[in-house]
Amino acid sequence: MTLVYIHSENGLSKAAKEVVTYAKKLGDGVSVITNGNTAADVLTQLGEYGASSVMVDRSVSIEDHQQLLDLVVFAAEKTGATTIIFSHDLTAKAIAPRLSVRLNAGLVSGATDVPNESNAIRVNVFSGKAFGFVKVNSAKRIISLLPNSIQPEITGSACGVEEINSGAATGRIKLITTKKPEGEIPLPEAELVVSAGRGLKGPENWGMVEDLAKSLGAATACSRPVADIGWRPHHEHVGQTGVAIRPNLYIAAGISGAIQHLAGVNGSKVIVVINTDQEAPFFKAADYGVIGDAFEVLPKLTEAIRKFKAGQN
Amino acid sequence: MKILVCISKAPDTTSKIAFTSGNTSFDENGVQYIVNPYDEWYALVRALELKETLGGNVTIITVGNAVDESIMRKALAIGADDAVRIDAEPKDAYFTAMQIAAFAKNQSFDLVLVGKETINYNGSQVGGMIAEALELPFVSLASKLDVAGDVITLEREIAGGVQVVEVSTPAVISCAKGMAEQRIPNMRGIMAARTRQLTVVPAVEIQELTSYVLYDLPVAKSACKMISPDNMDELVQLLHNEAKVI
Ligand SMILES: Cc1cc2nc3c(=O)[nH]c(=O)nc-3n(C[C@H](O)[C@H](O)[C@H](O)COP(=O)(O)OP(=O)(O)OC[C@H]3O[C@@H](n4cnc5c(N)ncnc54)[C@H](O)[C@@H]3O)c2cc1C
Repeated sequence: MTLVYIHSENGLSKAAKEVVTYAKKLGDGVSVITNGNTAADVLTQLGEYGASSVMVDRSVSIEDHQQLLDLVVFAAEKTGATTIIFSHDLTAKAIAPRLSVRLNAGLVSGATDVPNESNAIRVNVFSGKAFGFVKVNSAKRIISLLPNSIQPEITGSACGVEEINSGAATGRIKLITTKKPEGEIPLPEAELVVSAGRGLKGPENWGMVEDLAKSLGAATACSRPVADIGWRPHHEHVGQTGVAIRPNLYIAAGISGAIQHLAGVNGSKVIVVINTDQEAPFFKAADYGVIGDAFEVLPKLTEAIRKFKAGQN
Repeated sequence: MKILVCISKAPDTTSKIAFTSGNTSFDENGVQYIVNPYDEWYALVRALELKETLGGNVTIITVGNAVDESIMRKALAIGADDAVRIDAEPKDAYFTAMQIAAFAKNQSFDLVLVGKETINYNGSQVGGMIAEALELPFVSLASKLDVAGDVITLEREIAGGVQVVEVSTPAVISCAKGMAEQRIPNMRGIMAARTRQLTVVPAVEIQELTSYVLYDLPVAKSACKMISPDNMDELVQLLHNEAKVI
């Protein structure tokens, strides 16, 4: 049996559908454990992606990692699962390592594919500069799947949803406050990203970047120096020492393409680079390049996107 | 305040990444090792700041071989008081974490700090594993850390936001950007660190849970298609029809 943990606040995320699809591909039966506010008649759709049953414990908070860990342990024991799957997000980073020790189960973090014929699982290593293939030596295993590595696939039909009470106790970490920026697309999950660097000259010029992002429905990102000097918030910093992302489309304006920056973005399917300097190293990693001034190109591109979107409707 | 900071070596960020022995091991030829940036810039520096305001002692620990002593000396040069090396090849995150937990078990550290992840294996695993083995609370990906008495206040990233939490010592914390600023060691620190005694501890018997069996490099991109800055409609069409990403 494969157990999948998903976080289902306000509906089913793409990441949730990805992990259930992934679990289905492993061949065993798939049980899902979750704890969000999503209604049972929505959770039942997880069956379409391969789940045979869903358990939901609404008393467990997403914000209490210790309680969440106990919930997953409870579900693992109940289902007798030998494989446990997470999406490789902040929740998985907090609880999967503890679970690994608790269950004596090898942990593969950031898987990008299903196990190959020799049962090794591909992950990104050296901050995206290379791949590694990891084998698990223990009887049980835990895999956290990098978002946007596989596409959700509908293969089945609605499944049963069971409301449970695991009795998981609250943890020792006391929550004081939570700040949730409204309406922003979280960068690691974004399929489209618009990013800018020092070439933008100052924080007052980011309106162009945000306009383009808005026209596309994209998240925004930046290079490290831009976050360091405080032009943009730290969580937007991508690269080897920031967030590693792999969107379908990465548009970079006024970023030189230093090796440490590329490390965090070279898993992107398509890269568009806008730079005044035709020698900028980023062009070597790009699929489409525009040699030009971001101050002129970004508004023109936004305009072209708006026109395209209007034509589609 | 007694603080343990776990540090790992990592290849310099400009290193050429290549593999040997039929792509089964990392090619160390010409590679310069540094202290993993998250461990140094955030975990170690914040530990030193806490010591400077609250008093106490900062010990750094690494699991590695004798050749890794250069990174221990770097940490001493920045300001750590003691340096411990568990004498073993760090086989996987579990092996490494269990070695550190075995060392820390009876030493009553108030805080155990790790970096968010290493820049070579990017697993983000060691901190949580140490916490579980020591049965301590684990706060992942903290970007702020303050201590008053035995209460630690932290800011950390969670799914879709930032959370402020409190936890009592002892605890294990993984440290991310925002927590501190990089410190450059001065000449006196570097000279003093050269002759400092390093503690070497034998490894305990642990079976690793995972192994890297093969590596591979991404295929190089084909040539970049250039588009005139005056023709953004063409770019949009290419993204739609050719790349199929919008
Ligand atoms: C240990 C270490 C870790 C690092 N980690 C990271 C990391 O995680 N992420 C990261 O990003 N960096 C990282 N760096 C820094 C990295 O080496 C580069 O310094 C940084 O990425 C450069 O940022 P930038 O491209 O915004 O700025 P610059 O290098 O200054 O480049 C600005 C670019 O903008 C172009 N430009 C200027 N004006 C315009 C205009 N009007 N229109 C269009 N283009 C214009 C210029 O031609 C230039 O190419 C790290 C460095 C080290 C040493």
